[in-house]
Amino acid sequence: MEHHQSKSFPISHVIGFVVSLVLTFGAAGIALKTNLSFKVIMWIIGSLAVIQAGMQLFMFMHLREGEDGKTNLVNMIYAVFMVIVIVVGSIWVLTSGHAAH
Amino acid sequence: MSAKVDTSLPLEYQTEQDRMNILGFWVFLGAEIVLFATLFGVYGVLYERYAGGPTHKDIFVIKDVMIQTVLLLTSSFTMGIAIFEMRRHNLKGLITWLVITLALGAGFLFMEINEFIHYAHEGATMQTSAFLSSLFVLLGTHGAHVTLGIGWATMVIIQLLKRGLTPTTARKTFIIGLYWHFLDVVWIFIFTFVYLKGLVA
Repeated sequence: MEHHQSKSFPISHVIGFVVSLVLTFGAAGIALKTNLSFKVIMWIIGSLAVIQAGMQLFMFMHLREGEDGKTNLVNMIYAVFMVIVIVVGSIWVLTSGHAAH
Repeated sequence: MSAKVDTSLPLEYQTEQDRMNILGFWVFLGAEIVLFATLFGVYGVLYERYAGGPTHKDIFVIKDVMIQTVLLLTSSFTMGIAIFEMRRHNLKGLITWLVITLALGAGFLFMEINEFIHYAHEGATMQTSAFLSSLFVLLGTHGAHVTLGIGWATMVIIQLLKRGLTPTTARKTFIIGLYWHFLDVVWIFIFTFVYLKGLVA
């Protein structure tokens, strides 16, 4: 466990908040104000979203804290795996092959 | 289920029961992530099936989306500060930041309801097209979670006022905190893969 009681200023929260705002407006700027191709834009803003979500998990939700920290981490990695299977799998199956004809 | 209390830990982790409740809530969040994944999957498949109805660019208002995003992002931050104050055993600070969080959450909800009304006026309803059906189900499920979170957090605040900070009320507060951050995590992906994606294409 970290040294919670002694700190008087929530510095990691403030950093997390500022970085989240930068990532949010950065993604909006890249998506709306640049002339990059759709594919490039989606890869960039998708990556920014994943980084921001990770920051929420580690800096705000204290994912790895406590004696079950490792269990939480494995649980979230599995959840991410399921998201990829469900989202990418659905889109792939339903927009390629026979579905595309 | 022992009553052993480890006072070296933050209040919410002091008993075995409370630690198990927090672990269980993380498992629940894993299931919630899969629930939202199915809705994102449906939307990802259907997002260009306009059926002659309005498209993203016809209905999305980027300024309102940015306001919604900042409201929810800030509320996630203030929830973090609330938990920070809880760990300093500052009950007054905790409740103050919780109330600020809920005010921001209510602001978000107000914006989202107005957004839906605006869409309906544009002729974009759930029945219009597959794009709009999947959009409203995804946004609506998230909005319903925010609504539930506001009611839930209000009840936790009432308990804090009545019982003060105990291992039990601290654990309940920590868990609603996790839930609230999770709602912001889902919103990050809605913002990116629904709104920004729709306005790029």
